[in-house]
Amino acid sequence: MARRIAIECSHAASLAVKLARVDVIAAYPITPQTHIVEKLSEYIANGELDAEYINVESEHSALSACIGASATGARVFTATAGQGLALMHEMLFIAAGNRLPIVMAVANRSLSPNLSIWGDQSDTMASRDCGWIAFYAENAQEIFDLIIQAFKIAEDEKVMLPVMVCFDGFYVTHVIEPLITLNQEEVDRFLPPRKIPKYALHPDHPTTWGPIGLPEIQTELRKQHDHALRNSKFVIKDVWREFGEMFGRWYDVFEPYRMEDADIAILLMGGSCGTAKAAVDKLREKGEKVGLLKLRMFRPFPFEELLNFTKEIKALAVVDKAISIGGVGGPLFSEIRSALYSLEDKPKVLGFVAGIGGRDVAINDFISIYEKTKKVLAGEKIENDFMFLQAREE
Amino acid sequence: MKILPSHEELKIKSKPSWMELLPGGIIPEPATSRFYLTGDWRSFKPVIDKNKCIRCGLCWTYCPDMAIRKTSEGFYEVNLDYCKGCGICAEECPVKAITMVEEEE
Repeated sequence: MARRIAIECSHAASLAVKLARVDVIAAYPITPQTHIVEKLSEYIANGELDAEYINVESEHSALSACIGASATGARVFTATAGQGLALMHEMLFIAAGNRLPIVMAVANRSLSPNLSIWGDQSDTMASRDCGWIAFYAENAQEIFDLIIQAFKIAEDEKVMLPVMVCFDGFYVTHVIEPLITLNQEEVDRFLPPRKIPKYALHPDHPTTWGPIGLPEIQTELRKQHDHALRNSKFVIKDVWREFGEMFGRWYDVFEPYRMEDADIAILLMGGSCGTAKAAVDKLREKGEKVGLLKLRMFRPFPFEELLNFTKEIKALAVVDKAISIGGVGGPLFSEIRSALYSLEDKPKVLGFVAGIGGRDVAINDFISIYEKTKKVLAGEKIENDFMFLQAREE
Repeated sequence: MKILPSHEELKIKSKPSWMELLPGGIIPEPATSRFYLTGDWRSFKPVIDKNKCIRCGLCWTYCPDMAIRKTSEGFYEVNLDYCKGCGICAEECPVKAITMVEEEE
């Protein structure tokens, strides 16, 4: 039976990985991710988890080891954050391009400079085109559930892609939260051992992975990869349905909050969604027609699902914890706005960059996001459709 | 020596569609590079004029890709499956028996 415990969010990730019975973990400790792999190494040392833990000298090596292990058919996990993800960058594309179902937890951390160990989403957003499935979790429960689901999604023969489960460094990773756990028997029922794929690395049956891709083949490989990532959505939804039927917790691409008759919706991903909900509650008390669209899945990008919610609203305030420097604003904002561009009747889309480098995003920040959006909707002229919410101007 | 399966037996197309490629473009058998004809990006091909050729073999010596073969009559021919069209043979030929002709496609 499921039981409710209090757990640090990082350890909720470790627990999910243990219950998923991974074969290999290769990781390098980096703040604010360290607690995840620290706990996993404890599990292995205590004999609670029968897995290989490979200590490596860098994140580049961590993911390289995961790639080799996953290619043999092993169930593989790693975790990283910020600079560590940046150091993995090259291997991210190789893991995905070779269609290896690695699951990785990312404790979102700001990229240097200046040296910042605090949370924002600039690390994963800088890697958004690497071809992985990308989920963003708000709390311990989502981290736990999404990691268990991630193995099933990644290893599905129709998918065969790595999955990253991202959650805010410190604001989520280091917080103790309630978690409804699953026991080993329940997880085993949902997630059977990985089936060794037809083409796995094996000395008796040599296969070639990632050979030279001349101009005659690279286009086809990219199209195949893009097709696989887009279509993974159907498997993701099937897995979420199965999980809901088994354990009573239902997942979807969006979690709408008080969206009924809303004129303005705030859209974001990750841990600040909890604060945004509190802001929506406050505004609703005053009679403001505002709701929250919490986005859980950034890749594959949920075009159709987005349109289901944007038909009825007048404006969408997209909050990014990252900035595409010199570009069109936050990455989430630019993708949402371009997804809506071809519609005849589309809401006004505004982008707000907030929470950079661990800057606190408080209830009042979401209230000012709402108020600014409302003013723009009423005709206020603005210089740019995106703005740094919290930058001091004087 | 182990006899390797033929190109046809492996059902490997040299230019498969994106749907025909194995996931991630994995090559499921070893030693398939021998099926890969590397001469397909040539823009000029060497044409040997037998009437001028003195059978010295300098083209064969200089070819960096071993794409020139000696025929039973002692002349030389170009294996266009592997010739990249670099033109070294034409440059080195002492009697100017080799001309580089532009590929039509």
